[in-house]
Amino acid sequence: MNDDAYDVVVVGAGIVGAACADEFTRRGMYVAVVDRDMVGGGATAAGMGHIVTMDDSEAQFALTRYSQQLWQKLRPELPIDVEYDQCGTIWVAADEEEMIEVRRKQDYYGQRNVPTERLDAQTLTRLEPNLRPGLAGGLLVMEDAVLYPPCAARFLMERAQKQGATLHLGRSVAQAGQGRVTMTDGFEISANIVVNAAGAHAAKLTPGVEIKKRKGHLVITDRYTGFLRHQLVELGYLKSAHSISNDSVAFNVQPRRTGQILIGSSRQYRADQTEVDNGILARMLQRAQEYMPGLAQMLAVRTWTGFRAATPDKLPLIGPWPGDSSLFLATGHEGLGITTSLATARILVDQITGAKPEIPIQPYLPSRAAMEHAHV
Amino acid sequence: MNRQPRQQFDVLVVGGGPAGMAAAVRAAESGHRVGIIDDNPAVGGQIWRGESEAGSEASKWIERLQSSGAIVLRSRVFQQPGQRILLAEGDDGIWELSFEKLILATGARERFLPFPGWTLPNVMGVGGLQAMVKSGLPIRGKRIVVAGTGPLLLAVAAYLRQHGAAIPIICEQASWRKLARFSAALLAQPGKLLQGLQLKREVGETRFSANSWPVAANGRTTVESVTISRSGKPETIPCDYLACGFHLVPNIELPLLLGCQIQNGYVRVDDFQRTSVAEVFCAGEPTGIGGVELSLVEGEIVGLSAAGRIAEASKLFGRREKLRRFARSLDRTFRLRSELRSLPQPETIVCRCEDVYYSRLRDQSGWRAAKLQTRCGMGPCQGRICGLATEFLFDWKPDSVRPPIFPVRVKSLSGLTGDSNLELCEITGGRS
Amino acid sequence: MHMCSQITMTVNGAPIVVPSGTTVAVAMAIAGQICRTSVSGEPRGPLCGMGICFECRVVIDGKPHRPGCQILCKQGMDVKTDE
Repeated sequence: MNDDAYDVVVVGAGIVGAACADEFTRRGMYVAVVDRDMVGGGATAAGMGHIVTMDDSEAQFALTRYSQQLWQKLRPELPIDVEYDQCGTIWVAADEEEMIEVRRKQDYYGQRNVPTERLDAQTLTRLEPNLRPGLAGGLLVMEDAVLYPPCAARFLMERAQKQGATLHLGRSVAQAGQGRVTMTDGFEISANIVVNAAGAHAAKLTPGVEIKKRKGHLVITDRYTGFLRHQLVELGYLKSAHSISNDSVAFNVQPRRTGQILIGSSRQYRADQTEVDNGILARMLQRAQEYMPGLAQMLAVRTWTGFRAATPDKLPLIGPWPGDSSLFLATGHEGLGITTSLATARILVDQITGAKPEIPIQPYLPSRAAMEHAHV
Repeated sequence: MNRQPRQQFDVLVVGGGPAGMAAAVRAAESGHRVGIIDDNPAVGGQIWRGESEAGSEASKWIERLQSSGAIVLRSRVFQQPGQRILLAEGDDGIWELSFEKLILATGARERFLPFPGWTLPNVMGVGGLQAMVKSGLPIRGKRIVVAGTGPLLLAVAAYLRQHGAAIPIICEQASWRKLARFSAALLAQPGKLLQGLQLKREVGETRFSANSWPVAANGRTTVESVTISRSGKPETIPCDYLACGFHLVPNIELPLLLGCQIQNGYVRVDDFQRTSVAEVFCAGEPTGIGGVELSLVEGEIVGLSAAGRIAEASKLFGRREKLRRFARSLDRTFRLRSELRSLPQPETIVCRCEDVYYSRLRDQSGWRAAKLQTRCGMGPCQGRICGLATEFLFDWKPDSVRPPIFPVRVKSLSGLTGDSNLELCEITGGRS
Repeated sequence: MHMCSQITMTVNGAPIVVPSGTTVAVAMAIAGQICRTSVSGEPRGPLCGMGICFECRVVIDGKPHRPGCQILCKQGMDVKTDE
């Protein structure tokens, strides 16, 4: 059983797959999207929905900043249930050592025209009165935002469909490459281009892709309007995200429009069960209460887990997969999938249409691993 | 507040209704150290709710519980941190409770179906309104329409009349034919029949209307009238309250969390009320909706089993089987008719926690997609109310249970990892 | 323990007297006040009466989202409609 030949078939209907489908169709290509479940599932359904400009490497900065600006431009078209809110991020410094890091970040962002404001202890308290006293200060990145990812993915996919994309949900993919995608029931879709946007499951589809699952936990509270105004992240977060092998937690909270608080974050390797890990959940919440003691008495309504797709060098894989001229990757976004989905789609489609990408693409090419090995 | 180490019990009972009390009494009277957990201000569950009428069945069991030595822990179980340990949250903190044997007697809750106006204040469940009256709500002289399905309608209508309310009508969605068959089945259970006749007498001039269901609750800030369909004909009846509930559904969240096998929505148990999980028993409504007497006998069986008094437990099997036959006929009689699926209008709220309308849900592919796209089921009720409605309306299957199985304080989820110095409340015995 | 048979408390700023053994949700009803306002602004009151539906949430002594149907009134309690 076959389907009409498409220009592109995208495997994965999460935020990255949806953004790719939207971008491909916008440029006039005939696109099919396949997912074993629904639109906006996987990590898209589980994650926090933070749009953040990161500074931990030039490549990370370029991609996140480009994409954050794309989200800003898209904002007027986003429906209300996407809950886009430019609340900004405050990177919280617990001590003077972390304030040095704040200054470094401020310089870094300043040199690259990202507006920020350094906050001393008093200003921090004024902006976020429910942070515990005694913190040193922080850095406010005012153009960062939050949104609700499942509805954002749905919006992008619906736009793609209006632009001619076809959507095949509830279809498990057995093989993707060599100009076609084959489902487990034998159904095949042919296309000139196959895009693996399968997130944490990308390695199953493309053997050799170095993607590992990194489990995260989140908790959401009842409504406490006014308790929290910005996304708050401790500067120690970067240590957590950088650790390759240890289980770690970091203080990271987000306000929802409803007044509910999203509490994170945790990272675990070698954990692929979806069950909530009570131990790491407890650690994560203890860390959060250390920064915001008022969380203690709040009602936690739900907890859940999700799997980020992590690569060895912490940069996503966006571009052609060596050895298969039809296969492209758009995956490995770890905790930045929501932020970088729009830019991922742009630079992927640029590579395919021959348009000039807005940012250098070498750091994200899947072939970089091979190139590195060649240099050893 | 005292700092207490883990509290250990030979037998831990979750749920202080008839099944839980009977189990706790039997186990404690056998000399075991028994704890019984319930989140209501007083034991008795929903049906007995701290009843103190001298000489009643309820008060006899309550007194027996108080003298048995069982320790009452006013709290809610929310998590299982390890083998044979449960965490329960009380008013001032959490308890870490370890046990040799666990008895789940978590009871049942009412099923609510959405229809226009069902979210108006003073529209409550049937058991819900009864609970409010038992907690002091004055209803003398008030007009109360009772609607929905199940034996609770008649029982609660009689209760409300006893407390001075006027009940213009009882609307039962089951057909006359089904009810007639049910009544015939009661002939095999003289005790039940007598109860039924007594109730009928107590409701007196109240009209009892089968093939009837509510179509809309009307009013501005509270309910002022109910429009019902009686065999297809609409009728609007002024009222002060609408008590509406569609039978009972077992509370199986804790059994699910513990990994107990579920069959047709009920916890599977053997003759001694053992579940598929070692040292975990289940009694009462979660094994099959059957009312007070079945809950009591199952509670006694499980309490005796847990205490090792197997022979005495076995002697009760006959009574249990008879009552189970009644339970099965309950199930058949009060099944929901398909017309009830057409009650919600496009703007009728289905998820009350997140105010999600029917029209937004209709086109979703399933429970999970609906949750993610509309936030239905993501509120504090954790889908306990809307999950039952959407299961009936759209045939959606619920997803797996995760801790906490009730909303609890953030602090309660973050404690007790070995060297944590979280404080525990003092355990108080007897009356809570 | 000595128990008063009547309890004086405030509901949305106004004092009321209820018999001991009354739950907070019932006290709200007696005072003619709604327990909470829903996400879209609807007035809401108790539905299930057993602490499961969370429609009877009220603010008790400054603490939000307390289930009124499961909490007994205490002397001097201050109760307000929840958000």
